[in-house]
Amino acid sequence: MDKKETEHSGDLIGVDVGGTFTDLVRLDQATGRVRLAKVASTLENQAFGVMQALAEAETTLPDVALVVHGTTTTTNAVLERKLSRTGLITTAGFRDILELGRRTRPQPYGMKGQFLPIISRDLRLEVGERMDHAGRIVTPLDEDAVRTAGHSLLAAGVESVVVHFLHAYANPTHERRAADILAEFWPNEYITTGHSLLSESREFERGVTAAVNASVQPILKRYIGRLDDELVAGGYGGELLVMNGNGGTVSAKRVVREAAKTVMSGPASGVIAAAYTGRAARRRNLITYDMGGTSTDVALIRDGEPSVSHEIELEYAMPIHVPMVDVRTIGAGGGSIARVNDAGLLEVGPQSAGADPGPICYGRGGDEPTISDANLLLGRLDVSKLKSVPGAVDLAKIRAIFQKKLGDPLATDAETAAAAVLQMATTRMAGATRMVSVSLGEDPRDFSLFAFGGAGPMHATALARELGVPEVLVPARPGITNALGCIVADLKHDFVRTVNRPLDLIDIEQVTTIINAQRDEGMALIRQEPVAIDEIRVTHSLDMQFVGQTHILQVPLPADQVNRAAIQAAFDEVYFARFRVSLPEIRAQIVNINTTVTGRRPDVDLAGLIDDAGRAKTLAAAQTGARAVWFNGDWQETRIFAREALPLDAAITGPAILEQMDTMVLIEPGDTAVLDSDGNILITLGEGS
Amino acid sequence: MKLDSITLSVIQAGLQQVCDEMDLSFSQAAFSPVIAEANDRSDGIYAAADGALIAQGAGGLPVFVGTMQYSTAELIRLIGEGAATPPEPNDIYIVNDPYLGGTHLMDVRFVRPYYRGGKLWCWLSNTGHWPDTGGSVPGGFSASATAVEQEGLRLPPVKLFKKGVLDQEIYAIICSNIRVADQRIGDVKAQAAALEVGADRLDLLLERYGDDTVQAAIDELRERASRQMRQMIRRMPDGVWQSTAYLDSDGVVDQPLVISLRVTKDDDRLIFDFAGSSPPCRGPMNSVLATTQSSVYLAMRHIFPEVPISAGAFEPLEIIRPVGTFLDAQYPRPVSGCAAEVSQRIAEAVFAALVGALPNRVTAAPAGTSGNFALGGHDAERGRDFVMYQLSGGGYGGNADSDGLSNGCSTIGISKAPPVEIMEQAFPVLYHHYALHEGSAGAGQMRGGFGLDYELELRNGEARASFVMDHGRFGPQGALGGRDGDVNKVVVLRDGTSYVPEHLSKEQDIALAPGDRVWVRTPGGGGYGDPLQRPLNAVFEDVRLNRYSAAQARDLFGVVVNDEHSSGVDKPATKRLRQEMRRHS
Repeated sequence: MDKKETEHSGDLIGVDVGGTFTDLVRLDQATGRVRLAKVASTLENQAFGVMQALAEAETTLPDVALVVHGTTTTTNAVLERKLSRTGLITTAGFRDILELGRRTRPQPYGMKGQFLPIISRDLRLEVGERMDHAGRIVTPLDEDAVRTAGHSLLAAGVESVVVHFLHAYANPTHERRAADILAEFWPNEYITTGHSLLSESREFERGVTAAVNASVQPILKRYIGRLDDELVAGGYGGELLVMNGNGGTVSAKRVVREAAKTVMSGPASGVIAAAYTGRAARRRNLITYDMGGTSTDVALIRDGEPSVSHEIELEYAMPIHVPMVDVRTIGAGGGSIARVNDAGLLEVGPQSAGADPGPICYGRGGDEPTISDANLLLGRLDVSKLKSVPGAVDLAKIRAIFQKKLGDPLATDAETAAAAVLQMATTRMAGATRMVSVSLGEDPRDFSLFAFGGAGPMHATALARELGVPEVLVPARPGITNALGCIVADLKHDFVRTVNRPLDLIDIEQVTTIINAQRDEGMALIRQEPVAIDEIRVTHSLDMQFVGQTHILQVPLPADQVNRAAIQAAFDEVYFARFRVSLPEIRAQIVNINTTVTGRRPDVDLAGLIDDAGRAKTLAAAQTGARAVWFNGDWQETRIFAREALPLDAAITGPAILEQMDTMVLIEPGDTAVLDSDGNILITLGEGS
Repeated sequence: MKLDSITLSVIQAGLQQVCDEMDLSFSQAAFSPVIAEANDRSDGIYAAADGALIAQGAGGLPVFVGTMQYSTAELIRLIGEGAATPPEPNDIYIVNDPYLGGTHLMDVRFVRPYYRGGKLWCWLSNTGHWPDTGGSVPGGFSASATAVEQEGLRLPPVKLFKKGVLDQEIYAIICSNIRVADQRIGDVKAQAAALEVGADRLDLLLERYGDDTVQAAIDELRERASRQMRQMIRRMPDGVWQSTAYLDSDGVVDQPLVISLRVTKDDDRLIFDFAGSSPPCRGPMNSVLATTQSSVYLAMRHIFPEVPISAGAFEPLEIIRPVGTFLDAQYPRPVSGCAAEVSQRIAEAVFAALVGALPNRVTAAPAGTSGNFALGGHDAERGRDFVMYQLSGGGYGGNADSDGLSNGCSTIGISKAPPVEIMEQAFPVLYHHYALHEGSAGAGQMRGGFGLDYELELRNGEARASFVMDHGRFGPQGALGGRDGDVNKVVVLRDGTSYVPEHLSKEQDIALAPGDRVWVRTPGGGGYGDPLQRPLNAVFEDVRLNRYSAAQARDLFGVVVNDEHSSGVDKPATKRLRQEMRRHS
C-alpha cells in the first residue's frame, strides 16, 4: 500500500519538546483512542526524551503512520548562543551591520546593556560588490575575493556561511553567484543567502535572520538525524514532519534549509491547536492564554486563523523576520515575584523566581512570594500535592513569608495579601493582553479566552472578567496543547515579495504575475511532500500603507480582486476599521505581496482526548472532595471534581475546582461551566466580583 | 477617602494603561516616520487645576519626561488671565511655543480638556515631533539661527479643534507656513485620535472605580511617588557633588558653552544648582526652563528607572532656576538645539556629578549627541526635492556591570535608526561604509561602547548639508579613572579636497555636488574605572577584533599585544609597562 494511504489508518504521533517537559499525543486513527505521555525533557539531546515519551505511551513504532515533531533545539541554541561556527561574506564597508544593529538600547530607561552579535567580527569578511536600491549594479562582484574569503573562513574553522549583500532583495544575482562560487568548494550544504529567507529591505533584520539560519542549520541537522536514526532503529518507516514557527509543518528533509523558521515553533503549535479546537467548538475568535511556570504568552485567533507577524524579535536586537504565528510574551508566569516597593505599593513581576530556585513551594530555597505560592495559600492549589515534592515546605512557612514580606507592609493578613497578588497579576496580564489586541486593532470583548498551560486554566476566569471577555474555553488537555498542535497542523509555505510602489503607479499585471508565481512555487513544494493532504489552499494579502508612512497594514487580496479599485477599497476599509481615520487626501502604497499556500491535512477527531469510558454517570459521582478556597475576601467551601470523570452533560456552578493530570480549572463563584462533545469546558462568566 | 494599597496599585496600573494605549494609537496611526518609527512623541494625563503630571505613557520619548506638565500649566495660566479661550468639551488646543513650557518648535503639543458631569476633570495631552514647522531650514534644526522666528512657526495655545471639529482656518495658516504640508493631516488626525482613545479609556476606568475613588488615588499616588523617590535619595551617602560638561559651541559663536552643576543632598531631597553655567548664547543651543528641568528628571529616571513618572516623583528634586544662563532662555533666543543636544549635556552633568555617590547605578558619559546630519536638495533622478535626516547613535559609558553598549541611541531617545537600504530607497545617496568607529571607546576597567563611522555620497542633483552634532571638541567624560571617549568627527569631501567644519560639529548649508561625500564618526562612550585594571584577555579580544589597535592597547591600557597574527599578550612586557604607567600617573 502507498504510504500516503496507510497514513489514514495507523497511529498519528504529535510530540513537542518544551523547556521542562516533552509531551506526546498518540492517536490511533482506526479507533479514535488517544494515549498521552509527559516526560522530562532531555535538553542535551532532545531525542532521548522523545523516545522515552514514545515508550511511555506504549508506542509500537512500526504501527505509526506519521510523527510530527515540535522542537526547541534551535530556540535554545540561539538563546544560549550555542551555535555552530558561522562566517559572513558581505558587501565591502558593511561587515559591522550585524554588530551595530538599529541603534537601540535594551530598555527605555537605564543606560546599561550589552549586545553580542551572532557572528564574531573576525568571521565577518567583506568583498567588493554593490547594488543600488533599484537593483542596478554599482560595483561588480569580485569573484576572486569571494573565493579567498570562503577559504579564509574554512581555515578559521567555520562550518556555515552567510552571503549577505546590500539590496539583494532588489537584485539577488550577486548573492546567487557568490553562493555558487562557494558551493564549488564548501564542504557541506550550509550556505545561506540573505535574500532567500526574506526578500525584504532592511539589512540588519535580513542579515540577522540569515545568520540565525546558518548558525542553527548544522545543529538542527544533527538533531533531526539522531532522532530519525532512533525512530528507524525502533522500526518506524514513515515520514517525520517538523513544526515551523508559522504554525505549519515541513518534512525533516526540507526543514534544515530554512532552519530559522523552526525558532519560535513551540509557542506556535499551542496556538495552532487552539485554532483547531476552537473551529471544532464553533469558537472562531480566540485570545489564547498560555500561562506556565516561567512565562505567559498570548496570541490572537481571528475567524479561525492565528494572526501572523513577519517582525518577531526573539530577544533584544534579535529580529527573525520570517512569517511566524504572532505569540507575545506578556509576563513571567507562576514564578513571578511579588513585592511591596518603597511607595508602599504592591508589585508583581517582572522579576521571576524562574525554575530554580522557583517559588517557595518548590522547596528549592526560594523565599520570595510568587503567584504559585499565593495559589497554594488560598486553597486554589491542592496542598496535599506539596507532600509529594521532595524537600517541599509546608503551608505555614509560605504563610509566614507572605505575612512578613507583603502582609505587614500592606497592613493586612497573609491571605488578603495573597489575594492582592493574584489581583495585581490579573490586572497586569489584562493590561498587556489589551495592548496586544489593541495593537492588532481588536477589542478583546469580541473574543473568547482559550486557556492552557499549567497555570492558564486557574487564572483564566479572573483574566476574562478583567478584559470583559464573556467566555473561557478550557480544552480537554490543557497541559499537552503544543503536542496536539503538532497533530493537527497543516503543511504551510509563506512567500513575501517587496514591491514598494504607490497603488496608482503599480503595474497590476506584475502583481498578478507575482502572486501566480508564489502560488505555483508553494503548490509544487507541497506536492513534493510525501504526506496525505485533503486540499491545497492559497491565500494572498498585501502589506499596505499611505505614501510617507512607515507602519504597514495587511489587506486581504482575493485572487479575483486584483484590480486597483478593489485594492483601494479594501485598504480604506481595513485602515478605517483600525484607526477610525480615513485619509482620502493621501495615496496608498503597496509594500509587500504575500502568499500563503497551505496543504490541509485530514481532520483529526478530538473526542478521544478524554476517554468516555472513564466518565461518571452523574456529576456527584465525579466529585472527589471539597476544600475551603479563598474567594472575595473569605473562605468558601468548594467542590473538587475529577475533570476526566465529568459527564458530558454536566453543568457546574462555581465555586468549583476541576483537577486533571497536570493542571486545574478554577470556576469562580457565579460562573457556570458546561462541557461540549469534544470534552472542552466552556465557562460563562457570571456577574462575579 | 482612605484607600487601601491594593486599590491604589490597581488604579495606578489603570492610569498607566490609558497612557500606554494613547502612545500605541498615536504611533500606529501617525504618518511621519519621526513619530511612527522613532516614537518621537509622548502622551499623558494632567491635573485639572495645575497641570501636574498624573501619568505618562511608558513608550514616550524619554526627553518628554515631565515636559507636558509645564505646557499644560501655562495653558491653564493663560486661560485664567483671559489670554486663551476657555475650554469646552471636545476642544483640542495646539501649542508649540518653547517659552510656554515647551521644548523646540517641532515638538507640537495637543491639549484636550476632559470632562466629567459637566466639570473639567483633568487634561489629556500629547506631543509629537513634526517633521517641519517652517523656518529657515527644512526640519527646523538651523545651526545658525539667532532668533526663534528663524526656527519656524510659533503657535500660542489656540483651539485647533472646536467641539471636535477641525478649524480649517487655523489649519490653513499652519499649512501655509510649513513644508510638506500635504502629509501633515495624517499626523494631526493621529494625534487627535490618540487623545480620544485616552478619553474613552479614562471613561471606563472612572465608571469602574468611581470618580471620587480615582481622584483620591491620584492624590495618594502622588504622595507615594514622592515618598519612593525620597527613600531612594535617603539611601545615598551625604554629600555635595560638582561636575562640568561642555557643548562645543552654539553654532554661531565658536566657543564652548559650559554647564556647571552642583548637586547637594539634603536628607531626602536633591538640590540641583546650575549657577556658573554660560550666559544665554546667540546660536540655537539655548534651553528653555521646562527642558532644563525635564533633562534633570530624565537623567534621574535613567538612574532610578523603577520610580514611575509622575509629578510626585519630581517633588524631591529641587532645581534652582538658572536665571541668567543659557539653561533658562527667554524670548527670542533660538532654542532648536535644546531638546536634542543641550538636554543630553545636562544629563551628562548629572551623571558625572552622581557617579561617585552611586557607582553601581550611574554610568560614565554616553555619546550624548543626536548626531543630526541633514541633507536637503533636489533629487534629479526622482525629479523631486528632498530633505533627509541621518540621526546617529554612539557609544555608551562603561559601568559597574559591563562595557558600554556600542551604537546606542541618544540619551533622550529610544528610536531605531533607519536602515541604509531604506535611506537609499528614499534619497539620492549611496553609503560607502557603515561601521564601528574603531578605537573610539573610552578606556577604562570597563571601557565605553564604540561609536558609528559612516560615509555617504550624493549621487545626483544638488544638495546642502547641515550638521547639528556635539562632542566634537570634548569627548564624553570617563568616570572613576576612566578615560574620555573619542570625539565626534565630521569631514566633507568635495572635489578631492577635505573640509572640516569650523565649529567641528555644527555647520549649515554646505553645498554638495554629485560625487561629493560626507564622512561622520560619532563619539565613543566614556570609560569607567582605571584602564590599567582591565583584564588582559578583554584588551586582547578588542585588539584581535580590530576594535582597538595594538598601539591603543599599549598606550591606553598598558597591554603589550604580540603582533596580530600570533596569539596573545606579552605578559612580562605588560607587567613592566603597567608598573611604569602607574608610577607616572
